[in-house]
Amino acid sequence: MKTKLMTCLLSALLAGSPALAELTIPLLSFRTGPYAANGIPNADGYSDYFTLINERDGGIGGIKIDMPECETGYSTEKGVECYEATKEGAILYQPVSTGLNYQLIPKAGVDEIPIHSIGHGRTSVANGKVFEWIFNYPTNYWAGASIAVKYLLEENGGSLEGKKISLVYHNSSFGKEPITTMEKLAQKHGFDFSTLAVDHPGQEQKSQWLQIRREKPDYVLLWGWGVMNQVAIQEAANVRFPLENMIGVWWSGSESDVLPAGESSDGYKALAMHAPGSNFDVYKDLKTYVYDRGLAAGNGDQMGTVLYNRGLYSAMLAVEAVKKAQDIHGTSQVTGPMVRDGMEALEITEEKMVGLGFANFAPEIKVTCTNHGGQGLAAVRQWNAETKSWNMLTDFIAPDSDVVDPLIIEDSEAYAAEASIEPRCN
Amino acid sequence: MFYREAGDFKTSYAEDNQTFPIKFDRYRYYFVLLVAFGIVPFVVNDYWLNAVLLPFLIYAIAAIGLNLLVGYCGQVSLGTGGFMAVGAYSCYKLMTSFPDVSILIHVVLAGAITAAIGMLFGLPSLRIKGFYLAVATLAAQFFLVWLFNRVPWFYNYSASGQISAPERTVFGVPVTGAETSPWAVYLVCLVFLTISAIIARNLTRGMAGRKWMAIRDMDIAAEIIGVDPLRAKLSAFAVSSFFIGISGALFFAVYLGAVEVGESFGITKSFLVLFMVIIGGLGSIFGSFAGAAFLVLLPVLLKNLLVGSLGWPTDLAAHLELIIIGALIIVFLVAEPHGLAQLWRMAKEKLRLWPFPH
Repeated sequence: MKTKLMTCLLSALLAGSPALAELTIPLLSFRTGPYAANGIPNADGYSDYFTLINERDGGIGGIKIDMPECETGYSTEKGVECYEATKEGAILYQPVSTGLNYQLIPKAGVDEIPIHSIGHGRTSVANGKVFEWIFNYPTNYWAGASIAVKYLLEENGGSLEGKKISLVYHNSSFGKEPITTMEKLAQKHGFDFSTLAVDHPGQEQKSQWLQIRREKPDYVLLWGWGVMNQVAIQEAANVRFPLENMIGVWWSGSESDVLPAGESSDGYKALAMHAPGSNFDVYKDLKTYVYDRGLAAGNGDQMGTVLYNRGLYSAMLAVEAVKKAQDIHGTSQVTGPMVRDGMEALEITEEKMVGLGFANFAPEIKVTCTNHGGQGLAAVRQWNAETKSWNMLTDFIAPDSDVVDPLIIEDSEAYAAEASIEPRCN
Repeated sequence: MFYREAGDFKTSYAEDNQTFPIKFDRYRYYFVLLVAFGIVPFVVNDYWLNAVLLPFLIYAIAAIGLNLLVGYCGQVSLGTGGFMAVGAYSCYKLMTSFPDVSILIHVVLAGAITAAIGMLFGLPSLRIKGFYLAVATLAAQFFLVWLFNRVPWFYNYSASGQISAPERTVFGVPVTGAETSPWAVYLVCLVFLTISAIIARNLTRGMAGRKWMAIRDMDIAAEIIGVDPLRAKLSAFAVSSFFIGISGALFFAVYLGAVEVGESFGITKSFLVLFMVIIGGLGSIFGSFAGAAFLVLLPVLLKNLLVGSLGWPTDLAAHLELIIIGALIIVFLVAEPHGLAQLWRMAKEKLRLWPFPH
């Protein structure tokens, strides 16, 4: 009897509880572990925007959004478990983890749930001909690498001949993504390119930075995530590497990355796919409908940080895609395949962003059947340690499509051959 | 009352020597097999498969492998993650180089390759033991992970350094890739686990196992009575790595489908499998199952209880989960240092006498 009871209890507990709400957008967050410092603001922003839509507009097209949250700790194994636990009725996933993305790419088509890896994941999914269910607009890693080099070209009067650029990267699929692009760019512009890998979780970087001190590269690019960013910036300051010559990708440039190094983090640069700060109209609505009602996610202390804004931005793009899907299919109760259609027809204009309270927040996006990667624009911003704020240094720069596009075609076609996918959009 | 050997007469040597000499035990074993093969495949769904069953089956194979080495032969190893990586990467290379050969053969071959690598890294065990051996195997762990990260040939020069399993079928049913059905994947892993467990169990009952145990209990005495330590230790490393390699291959090809060596086969994996063996019970095949079940099921169970049923915040639940599992491990080891298998053994002893303990 006892065992029977236990079995019943066990199966009841293990089975989990599938969500019964109407528009299910699960959130696979990582609020614990070495990546929590970056995972928390992103998850908070993401939740808060959906709460705002539910509170202010009564959901999307009158249907409320349900957001089951599942903690992955940035581990792919737990991420897969979370995906399986939440996928019932889900219409969209935006996992902020490149490793998990690689797991989900083949599953997306089978389960018919689109995946949006905003500015991360496998870069070549930008080729919609091959990757029907995966999107990575507005930009991607290879565009990021190209934009960083373009910015440096501009700094150096158009030539990087004989300069040395080092890439300090997280030793994972995320960190390795830009290497091929950088190698091509090094050939094109004649600079020396070297790589320094940092293993998960990234707390141990002494040897890498000693090597940088010895080799004295002119510029350092940082492709880090989580605790690795803080350590890298601290170590760069320790070896007296001039931080204005260091550029991080958009995942390596949040407040929690630079604040621990205090004064010495001044001048650090990072790429940006959207603006930082809380000087946007959407924050007024967030305050009225979310914060003041005590509905803010987490501790409610992340507002205005770069990654909180990234969360808002991801959620905003998701909501717009769902609206588009509702328009196309004439029903409010959209499903995964409908949202996929919505994403593919998505057009974010400056006008639209002004209407949503995101004026001057991010560049315009136009997604098409062949282009799942958007326009790939990003800007460069710099940290001011005194005022504790980011300053935009440039406008949004377009990547070098002569270098990036052929690489995307090549990589996605290799994938298509491997997985025997027929190209679409003809 | 029902659990006893009285009245269960054996009339042949084979009968007397079987794995489960007590009738009740034997029937229970058949029953478990029946449920596992006959019922579960019909009811299993994606969630149960990926969250509970697959990790359990695959870690159980790894735990059996490590238990042969640590529990039976007494050689401490912290290289499990590295050896699993060898299994995964050899399976990947075999799958992509010989697409027409069955995946089942690739998995077994991946095990064989891992066995060879395991023997190589087992060589230091001839000179050193205990903590020093643990450190030597730790070197294997770090070296292998570094190697698979460093040499692009192993991941077919892919831009991300990830390996991903192409679709392969068994009797026309896909078991790797995206389009798999839960029952097929489950059955493949279950068959591997069942065969591994039967082989391991019989090895440990036979001469090989006795030699290993002799080495474990006192290697000098073992040498004096005629056990060749070179053969015994290296065979233990080979057999253990064979099973660990199979589990690594399944972990990559069937369970995750795409892995990154640093994340999936890091030092934490070595510790996880070692904890399974220690908590389950050193020197017991059942203990490997129990340990794997404990460490796979409990986190999922706690998560569903705290987040799903009680509705607590996910981060709080994740932290509590660590605390609870840590505390439970300590409690278990204090209450029963020989692991879950010993608890089971004691329960059986008590059952034999029940309800008349005198």
